Amino acid sequence: MISLAGRDILHGWGKFVFTGIGLGLLIGVTLVMAGVYRGMVDDGKALLDNSGADLWVVQRDTLGPYAESSSVQDDLYRSLLGQRGVAGAANITYLTMQVRKGSADVRAMVVGIAAGQPGSTPGWPPYLVAGRQITRGHYEAVADVASGLRLGERVGIRRNQYTVVGLTRRMVSSAGDPMVFIPLKDAQEAQFLKDNDAILQGRRRTEANPALNRPGVPGLLDAVLASQSANPYVNAVLVTLAPGHAPDEVAEAIRRWQRHTVYTRAQMEGILVGKLIATSARQIGMFLVILAVVSAAIVAFIIYTLTMDKIREIAVLKLIGTRNRTIAAMILQQAVALGLIGFVVGKIAATWSAPFFPKYVLLVPADTVAGFAAVMAICVLASLVSIRLALRVDPAEAIGG
Amino acid sequence: MERATSAGKGILIEGLTKRYGKGDTAVDALKGVDMRVAPGEVVGLIGPSGSGKSTLLKCLGAVIDPSAGRMTLGEECIFDAGWKVRDLRALRRDRIGFVFQAPYLIPFLDVTDNVALLPMLAGVPNAEARARALELLGALDISHRAAAMPSQLSGGEQQRVAIARGLVNRPPVILADEPTAPLDSVRAMAVVRILNDLAAQFQTAIIVVTHDEKIIPTFKRIYHIRDGVTHEEAGEGRLVRAAG
Repeated sequence: MISLAGRDILHGWGKFVFTGIGLGLLIGVTLVMAGVYRGMVDDGKALLDNSGADLWVVQRDTLGPYAESSSVQDDLYRSLLGQRGVAGAANITYLTMQVRKGSADVRAMVVGIAAGQPGSTPGWPPYLVAGRQITRGHYEAVADVASGLRLGERVGIRRNQYTVVGLTRRMVSSAGDPMVFIPLKDAQEAQFLKDNDAILQGRRRTEANPALNRPGVPGLLDAVLASQSANPYVNAVLVTLAPGHAPDEVAEAIRRWQRHTVYTRAQMEGILVGKLIATSARQIGMFLVILAVVSAAIVAFIIYTLTMDKIREIAVLKLIGTRNRTIAAMILQQAVALGLIGFVVGKIAATWSAPFFPKYVLLVPADTVAGFAAVMAICVLASLVSIRLALRVDPAEAIGG
Repeated sequence: MERATSAGKGILIEGLTKRYGKGDTAVDALKGVDMRVAPGEVVGLIGPSGSGKSTLLKCLGAVIDPSAGRMTLGEECIFDAGWKVRDLRALRRDRIGFVFQAPYLIPFLDVTDNVALLPMLAGVPNAEARARALELLGALDISHRAAAMPSQLSGGEQQRVAIARGLVNRPPVILADEPTAPLDSVRAMAVVRILNDLAAQFQTAIIVVTHDEKIIPTFKRIYHIRDGVTHEEAGEGRLVRAAG
């Protein structure tokens, strides 16, 4: 038996191909949307992986340092190093801001890393694709290539200029912003240092406060001013564990004795995926549903139109004894063929366009398989209306009268 | 299993009645039609619009059930209680050939496959079905257009392909509904000649519903239908005499 659907498609291939391309672009957008979500999750996991930490010690009762602001004393790490099971602890600061690159600026997450050794001190970029790690205490930076910065380029962060000495790849925040690593002291200053006028005004206010400027207590004003101009805080302390120690046990001990909130890797991943990008995920989910409904409506409309165009032929086919299942199969196969063309076009379009998106788009095989199944299911469902219409065609219509 | 029917011995219709609607609104489209068409015979069925021609054709084509009466195809009475939808479908596919006023060829199949489709639907292997189609297209002198698509054919060529499609399963009965309506007189007479030749060659019983004054004189027997009742009369049979 010849394939009626195949012959019909070959006969009107232009209509099918152009419709398939249109549908494919819609499917491509759907796949990219799923890829954007996957990319956000992957960015979040990359952020955790690249930190090299097993535990995050943050301000009590906060979801810091990524989902909420967190502030802990910068000497906390010393007491953490005394905890059983802790192999390493290092301060870290995160600040998302616009960094100046020549006359333009770039959205970046500035990460302040404590002095130490790459690989042994958590928070350092684990690998570079070009250049070297930071070796000086000030004014050197390692930037992700996504920032567009190049080796030797100067980048402005607050009031200071930094020289890019190394480049990393896939070191991004959960929002997809490229990371720029600078020394911790510089980052602390960048977080809290104000401009000269603000500092001057602040000193005048302090001097005018009789409680802080007592004539009978020499040195008090200087001590207060010094404390105001220094920043002894960091956003979190990253902790690595000694071999053989369970993260939950060490975390519980730190919570109990240091009175800080501690997150394990699994908990931090839950915060990133479940809270930080949850709204975006729901937004993308809504778009996916809308796109699926629109795709189904388009396929249903096209197949319905194609079937309506063939009502007389279907009546003739039924009159000459064609089985209902042969006619139903013809319509179903056309819908599936349209879905196949659309999916292939969509997959190619998504794969080709993914690198051009500003945020990381991760196309995973599982999504491709799920997308294919969804497209096929949509096409089958969309063809049901047309099949019902075709099966209700009276063969007597071919005779007329 | 679809019901198998025996070899054709023409059509015998006795007291065929078709009633639409119920009660006061009921309309009798056919009021006891009697017809007989022998194998190898071509009869005309003529009548004004609304006389019941199409209803009779639909009953003959096993598309609608008659309300009463008896219709025998070959040696078998159809529409009795034992017939199911799939039996009627198989009957239309294997035992009745249709030729319509418009050819109604499947636009996405070429000429050969348009004709070969019926045997393929009946389970005949593709190669054999196509061979059968090509043989018939040759008999109708249109085998040179076997690979053409319907849109590339003239009206007369399309009608010949439609006739080939109606004949390809060697049905004992062919129902032709205004087969010459879209054709000029030369082509119309050619179609009638083809139908007569095929009826003689394959012993097919052919009923031609027509308004076409040009071809009415060609029938040996004519059934007039008016207000749902048929009247038989002898035709002139000119074409057959001229050809024979």
